[in-house]
Amino acid sequence: MNVDFTSVQLVDVSRHFGRRRALSHISLRASSGDILGLLGPNGAGKSTLITILATLATPSGGEVRYGDQPAARLGAALRIRIGLLAHELHLYPELSARQNLAFFAQLYGLDPRPIVEPALESAGLADRADDAVSGFSRGMRQRLALERALLHRPRLVLFDEPFTGLDDRASAVVADRLRALAAGGAIVVLATHDLDLADGLVTRVALVRNGKLVSDERASSGLRARYRALIGAA
Amino acid sequence: MFFRTAWLVLRKDVAIEVKSLEVLTTTLFFAIACVLIFAFAFVKNGQAPEDAAAGILWIAIAFSGTLALGRTFERERYAETLRALLLAPAPRPALYVGKLLGMLALLASAEVLLVPLIAFLFQAALFSRPVLLVGILAGGTVGFSAVGTLFAAMLVRARSRDVLLPILLYPITIPVIIGGVRGTAALLASPVDEPSAIMWIGILAAFDVVFVTLSLWTFEPLMTE
Amino acid sequence: MKKAFGPLLVVVAVMFVVAPFLIANAPYESTMGLIQKIFYYHVPSWFAMYLAIAVCGAASAVYLFKGTPIADAYATAGAEVAVVFGLCGLVTGPLWGRVAWGVWWQWDVRLTTALLLELIFVAYLMVRRFGGPGAEKLAAATALFGTATAPFVYKSVDIWRTVHPQTTVIPTLKPSMGGPFAFSSLAFLLLSALLLTARVHLAKRQMMVDEMYLAYEDQS
Repeated sequence: MNVDFTSVQLVDVSRHFGRRRALSHISLRASSGDILGLLGPNGAGKSTLITILATLATPSGGEVRYGDQPAARLGAALRIRIGLLAHELHLYPELSARQNLAFFAQLYGLDPRPIVEPALESAGLADRADDAVSGFSRGMRQRLALERALLHRPRLVLFDEPFTGLDDRASAVVADRLRALAAGGAIVVLATHDLDLADGLVTRVALVRNGKLVSDERASSGLRARYRALIGAA
Repeated sequence: MFFRTAWLVLRKDVAIEVKSLEVLTTTLFFAIACVLIFAFAFVKNGQAPEDAAAGILWIAIAFSGTLALGRTFERERYAETLRALLLAPAPRPALYVGKLLGMLALLASAEVLLVPLIAFLFQAALFSRPVLLVGILAGGTVGFSAVGTLFAAMLVRARSRDVLLPILLYPITIPVIIGGVRGTAALLASPVDEPSAIMWIGILAAFDVVFVTLSLWTFEPLMTE
Repeated sequence: MKKAFGPLLVVVAVMFVVAPFLIANAPYESTMGLIQKIFYYHVPSWFAMYLAIAVCGAASAVYLFKGTPIADAYATAGAEVAVVFGLCGLVTGPLWGRVAWGVWWQWDVRLTTALLLELIFVAYLMVRRFGGPGAEKLAAATALFGTATAPFVYKSVDIWRTVHPQTTVIPTLKPSMGGPFAFSSLAFLLLSALLLTARVHLAKRQMMVDEMYLAYEDQS
C-alpha cells in the first residue's frame, strides 16, 4: 500500500497518565511546505506531541489524521513517510557511521548503495565514515543523525530539540536543511524551547504550555518579544 | 518485509556483538561460574546427587539467559534506538522475531560450552542420545527466550527493570525449567528413558508455540506508549 | 452490580454465619478427624482465587488490546483479590498437611501450582507499584502470560511429582459432606465477587477523581 499525504492534523488530542495531564485537547494542522514550530517551556508537552505524531504513542483522547485518514487505518505503511530526530539521536555507538546509515536504509527497504555515500558527504563525515560513532563529538553525531532521519525522504519530518549542543554554524546548517525540506514539499514540525533559533525559521507557531495550546498562528518576526509574555520566563 | 526486517535486526545485533564480544564472553563466564557455585554447593565426597547435572545445566541457562536479556536490551536503550526500530515501516512483531533469534543464537552458544562442561565435571552421559538432547535444549531455550525477549523489551522503559525481569520471568517459565530438567534427567537415567524425554519435548514444543504466538500478538500494544 | 451489592453483602454475611454450623455438623472423615474440616475453607479459597484470576486475565487482555480504562480497574481488582484468597489457601493448606500427614509442604500439584500463580500475581502488583508510568500495560502482559502458563505449570508439576513421594489424596466425598462443601464454595465465590465489586468500585471512584483533576487543569 502506498501511503502519502499533504497535511497532518491533530484533532482534539489529549494524553494523560493517571491524573497527570500531558496534553489537553490540542487541535492543530500542518501542511506540505509548512515549518510548524512547537514552542514552549520544558515540560510543556512538546515531546509528547512529537511522539504521538510519530505513531510511537497513542493519544488518550482525540485522533491524528494523516491526509484525511486516521493513523489506525493506515498501519505500518504510514511509517515510511515519517522521519524523527529526537534528542537521543538513535545511533548505534558500536557501529560505524556507514554501518548505521546502511542499516537504517535497509530497514526502510532502500538500497543503501546510492544513498549512503551522499548522506555521509552531506554530513561532512566522508573521511570518518568507518569510525565507530562512539568516538564522535556531539556535533558530528547530530549531523549523522540528521542524515539518518532523512534517508528515506519522509513526508512528515519531526524534530525534537535538534539544536541542542550545536554551535552557531552547525545550527545554521540545520536551519537551512529544514528550509530546503519544506521547500521540497515536506511537512516539518520542530519542537524547541529556543525562541531565538526558531525566529526566522518557522512559518507557523504553535505555543504549548502545561499541555495546552495557547496560540496557533502564522509566524512573524521577533518571536522572543512576542511570546515572552505568553510563555512566561522561557 | 517481515522476515527481511527480522533478519536485518539479527544481523545488526551480530555485527555489534562481534566488535567486542562483550555480551557473549561475559555470559559464558557467568554460566561457568554458576555451574561451579552449584557444584560446590551440592557435591559431597566427590559425588553429585542424582539428577544434579540436569538441574545445574538448566539453572545456568536460566540465570545467564536473564543477564544476557538485560544487557542486550540495555544496548537498545542507550541511544533510544529501540524507538528508531519501532518507527520502521515493517510490522513491529518482526523486530521481536529478530531479537528472539539473536537471543537464541546467544544461548545456543552458551549451551555448546555448558553441556560438555557439565558432562565432564559430573560424569554425566549427556551425549548418549544427541538428537533427543538437542530436542530438549531447543524446546526449553525457545520457550525461555520467547517469554524473556518479550518481557525484556517491554521493560526497557520501566523503572526497576533489572529486578522486575527475573521476578516476572521465572514463575512464568517454570514449565520450561521442569520440562528441561526432567527431560535431561530422563536422558541421564540408566537405562535411558526415551519415552519420557520425547514426552517432555512435546510439552516444551506446545509451550513454545503458545508463547511465541502470544508474544507476537502482544508485542505491538506493549511497545507503543 | 452496584444495586446488587447491598443484598449480596447480606447474603454473604448470613452464609458465613451459618457455614460453621453446617461444617460442624458434617460427618468426620475417617482417617483425619477434625483437621479435615479445614477443607471446607481450603478448597473454596482456591475457587475464589480462580474466579479472580479469570477476571484479571480477561480484563488484562481487553486492556492490552483495546485500552479501555475500566478493564484496567477490573484487572487490578482481580489480581488483588486473587492474592488474598491465594494467601488463605496457602496458609490453610500447610496447616492441614502438618496435622494430617506430619509435613508442612510436600509439593502437592495443586498447592504448587497455586503457589506459582500467587507469585505471578504478586509480581503483577509489584510491576504496577514499581514499574513507573505506563506500568499498567506491563502488568496486563504479566497477567495474560501468567494465566496462559497455568495449565502448563499444572501439567508439568503433575508429571514431575510422580518422582516425589506421594502422601496426599483429596479425600473422596461422602454424600453428606457434599452439601456443606457446596455451601462453602458458594459462600466463598460470592465473597470473591463481592470483594471484586467493591475494589472495582473503589477504582472507578479513583478514576473519577483523576478526571476531575484533569478537568480542573483544563479550565485553568
